[in-house]
Amino acid sequence: MLYARLIVSRLFKAVIVLFMIIIFNFFLIQMAPGDPAAILAGEAGATDAEFLRQLTERFGLDQPLHVQLWRYVSGVAMLDFGFSYRQQVPVLDLILARLPATLLLTGTAFVLSLVLGIVAGSLAAARVKKPSGSLIMALALVFYATPLFWVALMAVVLFSVYLDWLPAYGMYTVGAGLEGFAFALDVGKHLILPATTLALFFMAIYTRMTRASMLEAAQQDFVKTARAKGLKNSVIQRRHILRNALLPIITLAGLQAGQMVGGAILTETVFAWPGIGRLMFEALQQRDYNLLLGIFFFSAALVIVFNIITDLVYRLADPRIKEAS
Amino acid sequence: MNFFARFAQNRGALVGLIILLAIILMAILAPLLFPESPWRMVQRPFLPPLETEGFPLGTDTMGRNVAAGLMHGAWVSLLIGLVSTTVALAIGVPLGAIAGYYGGLVDDALMRFTEFFQTIPNFALAIVLVAIMQPSITSIVLAIAIVSWPPVARLVRAEFMSLRHREYVEAARLVGQTNATIILRQILPNTLSPIIVLASLMVATAILLESALSFLGLGDPNVMSWGYMIGAARTVIRQAWWLSFFPGVAILLTVLALNLVGEGLDDALNPKLARERS
Repeated sequence: MLYARLIVSRLFKAVIVLFMIIIFNFFLIQMAPGDPAAILAGEAGATDAEFLRQLTERFGLDQPLHVQLWRYVSGVAMLDFGFSYRQQVPVLDLILARLPATLLLTGTAFVLSLVLGIVAGSLAAARVKKPSGSLIMALALVFYATPLFWVALMAVVLFSVYLDWLPAYGMYTVGAGLEGFAFALDVGKHLILPATTLALFFMAIYTRMTRASMLEAAQQDFVKTARAKGLKNSVIQRRHILRNALLPIITLAGLQAGQMVGGAILTETVFAWPGIGRLMFEALQQRDYNLLLGIFFFSAALVIVFNIITDLVYRLADPRIKEAS
Repeated sequence: MNFFARFAQNRGALVGLIILLAIILMAILAPLLFPESPWRMVQRPFLPPLETEGFPLGTDTMGRNVAAGLMHGAWVSLLIGLVSTTVALAIGVPLGAIAGYYGGLVDDALMRFTEFFQTIPNFALAIVLVAIMQPSITSIVLAIAIVSWPPVARLVRAEFMSLRHREYVEAARLVGQTNATIILRQILPNTLSPIIVLASLMVATAILLESALSFLGLGDPNVMSWGYMIGAARTVIRQAWWLSFFPGVAILLTVLALNLVGEGLDDALNPKLARERS
């Protein structure tokens, strides 16, 4: 019952945010230099006057602004993101075809960064003021400052070109005609480099967060009690400190989801991963604004879904949190 | 202990400061050591590093001097990092101050607005803004500022909320100071140290963002930047790794240095917190 109400209120909020993004997109098109009709047509150089006139009529570009806004909003509400005139396909079809690849990549990177980050962070917390603990934190600091696209390129040089261990481009071997398990294995091999490079930056964040959170939890009275009971240090670290330290990390992980979708744009560009990030890069190069804004809307929607999921997980993990908060 | 002694106690911060000064020196010396435009084609393309005199880092796909590009790029990175952070502060500080000081409905409305910007994926928004406004230093600075002000607003709001009922604020109100005076002269000066710490970390993030935008081809076409150099060399990574390697190291060192300095500032400006943490 409580969850049902919670989900409804979250969904309501999500709809409002998405609605605001649609309005925002509309004004972005108005802001772009040149004729909005030409922009919607993908600024194709040889666009003929008759085609532009059709577009002007279809989007009511000769009508007052609020009528145009209404047409645009109601269009997007029906999941009509317009047409990519460069690729001659509706924007929605292009995005939906690329979405699974992005979900696979960001999902893998998310789990990878969270697991490795929590492990590294708790090791660092247990070895505070020892060289091994400091080393972990120094590495985290470096990963935190490393440009994502650069580490991806360097990984290509090292692991694909120099060592020839892993494929550098694409999601599967083209023309190999693999099926079933062999195909999954092939995709897995292609996934290793993009997912790992995308995960590094976030791993650094989770490592730092886990360490700080655990050191704080270690100050609490129940830890003293556990020590007084004579429990082993490893048990206290795992069962008492880590469990209590995890909550802020879940919150942070949800907030970082948006950054991960952004990071995917860079990793997918480097590894030619056929997801919406790569699609965004292609849209950029062709100045295909319809497609660009469609992807922007979808990435925001992805973030909102991610946030709702973390919110629910958070409440499952910690029943102390009341709905009011 | 004075400010610098506390800062210097954090050895990482000291290292960061030295690296940062070296990069600032690079930016200042760039026009003296390489007076020619870094865009000029001066040698055979694809010269590897350390092989030809005058080209310690080799040449790129068009025969441009990589070392010259690297030094001129330092200036661009630092400039965009500093200016966009200033603009972000100019948006975030007033919004946070007003929300925190007045509370109630004003606070609600402003925080909804802030949350909206926090929900939108930062990097995707920055890309869309620069693409629509057309790439230029101005549009890049604006886009970075627009995606990075929300944390400032939240921080300033929290500080104002905790300070607005302090006795010295009540006293100021009692002697008849206006709200504007109380905000600017009484409360704001007391929130400066966390703002300074956050700002130094924001410069680092802004530099990363700028490099990522330039990498995707959204850099200002008139200035040489590190991100552009890596982006332009992306397709020839198999033949010429050094074209991407050196600019990337430059970005990494700059961002790392700024983060270290930020942590040092945090220790120096909030000594009580630092003691509690260690």
